Amino acid sequence: MNVSIPTPLRSYTRQSVVQADGATLAEMFTDLERRFPGLRFRVINEQDEIRRHIKIFVNQTTAEDLCAPLSPDDSVRIIMAISGG
Amino acid sequence: MLVGTRKGAFILQGDKSRRTWKPSGEIMIGSIVNHMVMDPRDHQTILMTAMTGHLGPTIFRSNDVGRNWKEASKPPAFPRAPEGQKGLVLDHNFWLSPGHPGEPRVWYLGSSPPGLFRSVDDGDTWEGVPGFNDHPKWGTRAGDEEGPPDGSTLHSIMIDPRDANHLYLCLSDGATGGVFESTDKGRDWHPINRGLQSDFLPNTEAETGHDPHCMRMHPLDPDRLYQQSHYGIYRMDRAQGIWDRVGLNLPKENDISDYSFPIVLHPRDADTVWVMPLDGGFPLGRVTPNGKPATYVTHDGGKRWKRQEKGLPKSGGWFSLKRQAMTADSHDPVGIYFGTTGGEVWASPDEGESWRQIAHSLPEIYSVEVAELGG
Repeated sequence: MNVSIPTPLRSYTRQSVVQADGATLAEMFTDLERRFPGLRFRVINEQDEIRRHIKIFVNQTTAEDLCAPLSPDDSVRIIMAISGG
Repeated sequence: MLVGTRKGAFILQGDKSRRTWKPSGEIMIGSIVNHMVMDPRDHQTILMTAMTGHLGPTIFRSNDVGRNWKEASKPPAFPRAPEGQKGLVLDHNFWLSPGHPGEPRVWYLGSSPPGLFRSVDDGDTWEGVPGFNDHPKWGTRAGDEEGPPDGSTLHSIMIDPRDANHLYLCLSDGATGGVFESTDKGRDWHPINRGLQSDFLPNTEAETGHDPHCMRMHPLDPDRLYQQSHYGIYRMDRAQGIWDRVGLNLPKENDISDYSFPIVLHPRDADTVWVMPLDGGFPLGRVTPNGKPATYVTHDGGKRWKRQEKGLPKSGGWFSLKRQAMTADSHDPVGIYFGTTGGEVWASPDEGESWRQIAHSLPEIYSVEVAELGG
């Protein structure tokens, strides 16, 4: 599946879109972490929750947690809020 | 000078006289850098806490004095909670302390929520110190869920140069705040807060619940401790085990009190200490009183203090400093440095007798540390 990478995470991937595998978001992040070490913890906290102010879309739907199922032709987007100051 | 700010880190390079400074590096612009510290054991390795936007907190390491950086492969994190239990999430890494001289590559870190972490590989991987983090009375879960506005924090980690097993740390937390000591390398801890008087507590002399802003242990006289608390400047001679509020000896002038955040010790003289008083009265302005910044120095362990203001603004100088934003070098005479929340760095090459601004227009400064090259 295609995974769109936000700008703050491109220091890990060097690309704006990467390919990943996994039947769930959890598996997808395991795959991403294997190829881009350190990326997972920037997005997912130590309790395996999606960090605050970060949303993950699977196609057009917001994923609530890492259990979200995935199929090979899904499109995943990691979006960070632009709030902060 | 290693300057940590709300929007990145900066390195200022000084000449031998410490009178001429120039910027020599901007690092991770946009990231929150609470603390950036050079390892005094090798004068080469620098560790930096970093939080970028909404991304998880991490640590960056440089082995070449800040030219190149690599992220820690396992940054500090709390353990995964068992199924059905609510786990802790580390919000930010706050305080870095190099380990004992006899344990090269060991570092300690304090976090928010308050956790103590240790690395044994130059900051590449980190593990929690369960003796503190899981302590039933003062561990991470024992604290106040709210705490101070930026979160409860573990800081001021001090390692006794005589004994790597002898550690101190401070908690800024509503319920468990105070100074803690371990004599078994962090397996167990006990509070050492006798003598502190925190007016906001129902029992002003309670065992915990205090608010130490910054504590320092003298490197050559490790039984001499100084603390800048929310309620004053204190000194402890460890054998006596009682904090003495030496800040009450500050002269009654210029509307100053003994409220502040940082505290700085002379590297060789345990009786010489510098502070910069801030307004601690309601509504807690936390700026230099009347807009007239000054440091105060004692040369007798806090019995008498002298005002130092030459070169600092005589008016309109509304400085505020964070607890990690004032430091000293090891030269003779000692250089003193501070960074303000307004983005200015000031330096004195003569132990506070005169001051000059060496940087301005930086983002809000969180920390300043000296990096002395070449040993």
